[in-house]
Amino acid sequence: MHRRVIFRGKLLPYLLLLPQLIVTTVFFFWPAGQAIYQSTLLQDPFGLNSRFVWLENFTAVFENPLYLNAVANTVVFSLSVTIMSMTAALGLAVLADRPIRFALAYKTLLIWPYAVAPAVAALLWLFVFHPSVGIIGQALRHAGVAWDYKLNGGQAMGLIIFAAAWKQVSYNFLFFLAGLQAIPKSVIEAASIDGAGAARRFWTIVFPLLSPTTFFLLVVNIVYAFFDTFGIIHALTAGGPGKSTETLIYKVYVDGVVNLDLGGSAAESVILMIVVIGLTAIQFRYVERRVQY
Amino acid sequence: MQRRADWLTHAILLIGVFVFAFPIYMTLVASTQDASTIGTGNLSLLPGSHMIENYRAAWLSGGGQSSPGVVRTMMLNSLVMALVIAIGKIAISILSAYAVVFFSFPLRMTFFWMIFVTLMLPVEVRIIPTYEVVSNLGLINTYAGLTIPLIASATATLLFRQFFLTIPDELVEAAKIDGAGPLRFFWDTVLPLSRTNLAALFVILFIYGWNQYLWPLLVTTSRDYETMVVGVSKMIGVGDAQNEWNTIMATAVLTMLPPVAIVVLMQRWFVKGLVESEK
Repeated sequence: MHRRVIFRGKLLPYLLLLPQLIVTTVFFFWPAGQAIYQSTLLQDPFGLNSRFVWLENFTAVFENPLYLNAVANTVVFSLSVTIMSMTAALGLAVLADRPIRFALAYKTLLIWPYAVAPAVAALLWLFVFHPSVGIIGQALRHAGVAWDYKLNGGQAMGLIIFAAAWKQVSYNFLFFLAGLQAIPKSVIEAASIDGAGAARRFWTIVFPLLSPTTFFLLVVNIVYAFFDTFGIIHALTAGGPGKSTETLIYKVYVDGVVNLDLGGSAAESVILMIVVIGLTAIQFRYVERRVQY
Repeated sequence: MQRRADWLTHAILLIGVFVFAFPIYMTLVASTQDASTIGTGNLSLLPGSHMIENYRAAWLSGGGQSSPGVVRTMMLNSLVMALVIAIGKIAISILSAYAVVFFSFPLRMTFFWMIFVTLMLPVEVRIIPTYEVVSNLGLINTYAGLTIPLIASATATLLFRQFFLTIPDELVEAAKIDGAGPLRFFWDTVLPLSRTNLAALFVILFIYGWNQYLWPLLVTTSRDYETMVVGVSKMIGVGDAQNEWNTIMATAVLTMLPPVAIVVLMQRWFVKGLVESEK
């Protein structure tokens, strides 16, 4: 990564680096260290007393049925969001990649939901599925369905999954489309001449060649479902009804901000950090291997 | 056969477009009707006649019964937040990438890795401790507290670094022969060459900043610093049927307008920025 021709300068490079290093140290390393330190302390809610408790916060977290409930919710939510949004995006990308008329118009009309904030996406779908004012919510009730996501945990989970997946499709669509366009047309034509049908061409050639994109998106989507969806859950269900839509990141917020259990919240943050570092490490290993061939 | 396949392709793509557009259409329609029509469950599928008064109400006095946020103020806050985050990230990243690529100095790789590891932890993960740090610094309810913690990120630095490595050595040599120092070379050569990267990053980071939710929710308690995304979500409260849905939906439309307009109008930069900054 080194250039052959470089400038000389004793102080200048440090001055150029300084702004980013200050911001990174103050708002990244300090809080991250603080989280790890706090996760080993037991503190009263007013912050008057705290004592060192080793890993007690962590064992308390893992023995807490509410935490295990949040783990289960997060797994269901993340897997559903990832599978739904990636499948829909792949299907749309394959179709939009075909030589058809209006391809550009379709592309524009399929990517703009990326710009909608998760919390606003939640608001849009809340308004559509609202049991008494929403157009689909009302229709469901007229059809005899006992639809009320504020009372029924399963329906609430379904709704946040739907809103979260809806928002993420356009992101996945763009990457799948870029991946598809990078596949040489000659390979597909050769298979065509050999008599392979459209479905066979897709599964034996296109899908395997897309696997780096698919894998990358898998990690990105899981990270999205873990963290960026906080706004969707907060605006749509606030973790309820009961605790049926409380995910891990939502619980960090509730424990830290609402319940003021700083040690527990910090322990939960540290666990999440380990999860993200693991996911990122997997991704980098894979990307690096891809670069080598 | 080919004909039928094309027809099916269009049909499925149109369904996709419809599913994307449907909730937006309902929001637009609701923002032109009056509150009692919506509240009693008589929302029409066609636009109503109250558009101007709803948007005026949202702009001047805010909507929602419990906590009227005023769009005027929130719009300004969101704009400040998105611009400071986008420009701030770009500024500190381009400088640090320039230092890492074009200079040789002790601890260069250490600093690079310090920046690089921030890639691994989104702000949400360390949200409570970051909040405490900002609170200790007395930055609650300030623009600085709202923006600076979100500026710490490695994506832009990595992107610029990658781009700088592709700048040919001959250009640097030529500049040196002409007697240009590192700052002159940065200003006259590197910055103009980075134009497309700057535009692409700006689009992505503006949307990133505009759409922030958890951080502004925590760090601003005063109405004076509320952003659009947080404000409009607070308006619905618990999602009562008695909400002033018309004003809320007008506010929602105004919340989506800037980022969506940027994606549609600057589509080329947007796609480039998205695909490259995630590599």
